[in-house]
Amino acid sequence: MIGLSHYLAVSAALFVLGVFGIFLNRRNIIIMLMALELILLSVNINLVAFSAFLHQVHGQIFAMFVLTVAAGEAAIGLAILVIHFRNRGTVAVDQADLMKG
Amino acid sequence: MAAFAFYLFAGLLLLSGLMVITARNPVHSVLWLILAFFNAAGLFILLGAEFLAMLLVIVYVGAVAVLFLFVVMMLDIDFKALQRGALQNLPLGLLVSGVILAEVLLVASGWTAAPGVIVHEALAGPPPGMTNTQWIGSQLYTRYFFVFSMSGLILLAAMVGAIVLTHRRRVGIRKQNIAAQNARTPGGTVAVGKAGLGQGVEL
Repeated sequence: MIGLSHYLAVSAALFVLGVFGIFLNRRNIIIMLMALELILLSVNINLVAFSAFLHQVHGQIFAMFVLTVAAGEAAIGLAILVIHFRNRGTVAVDQADLMKG
Repeated sequence: MAAFAFYLFAGLLLLSGLMVITARNPVHSVLWLILAFFNAAGLFILLGAEFLAMLLVIVYVGAVAVLFLFVVMMLDIDFKALQRGALQNLPLGLLVSGVILAEVLLVASGWTAAPGVIVHEALAGPPPGMTNTQWIGSQLYTRYFFVFSMSGLILLAAMVGAIVLTHRRRVGIRKQNIAAQNARTPGGTVAVGKAGLGQGVEL
């Protein structure tokens, strides 16, 4: 019998994989954005699993809003990536110092 | 059968998640990401959330993953140089993700539902006479209408932002200038000249 805890375990493992991916690819922002998508996906699995086992629909609706924000974030992130590449010729984010911060 | 499907989808999801972050070639990363989304959609179907599963396939695979694929293929990025020194982040990454995993496991093993909240053992699905999509719609367009409109606004802002960020005025190309076209008069462009016999016209 597959219960709520099984889904929570999968979601936790995927979340940790996403965090680990951000550390592993510290210079490559494209893979970092993909790892971010994995993290958001794990959050969605969490929401939908709770929604299903509580017999409520609200979790699924919130998963939809997470999906919306994830789509917007990917579009803006990739746009920033494209203009950064146009200015610097590289996407190595550890060298991103154009703002002299 | 459902248990087998769950372990299949969950195993493939975690495997493709691992391959996304470890693949050498970013195009392979995107393809593994697409596989991860498909398996997550399978998990959603097992949970009875068909509408979200289809949404995941359409929005993520159809739009977001293809956007990633476009960017990876369009930009001429030297990925070999980016991978140099990646392993020196490994200990820190293992430490931080290990701490997060331990914390999540701690929470997951110790939590109980609040009083009045019933965590059921079995899935029930939508109320009788409704499909999953109708169930979502009946709440989304009533109780969550304001939030729903706001999410539309977020998408609009993201679209305008992405276009404004990447748009550039390129020099040296010829584009149609409608205002200049409409402002032209015959007097400024057409000249009538007399060509004498055996002579040309001075233009």
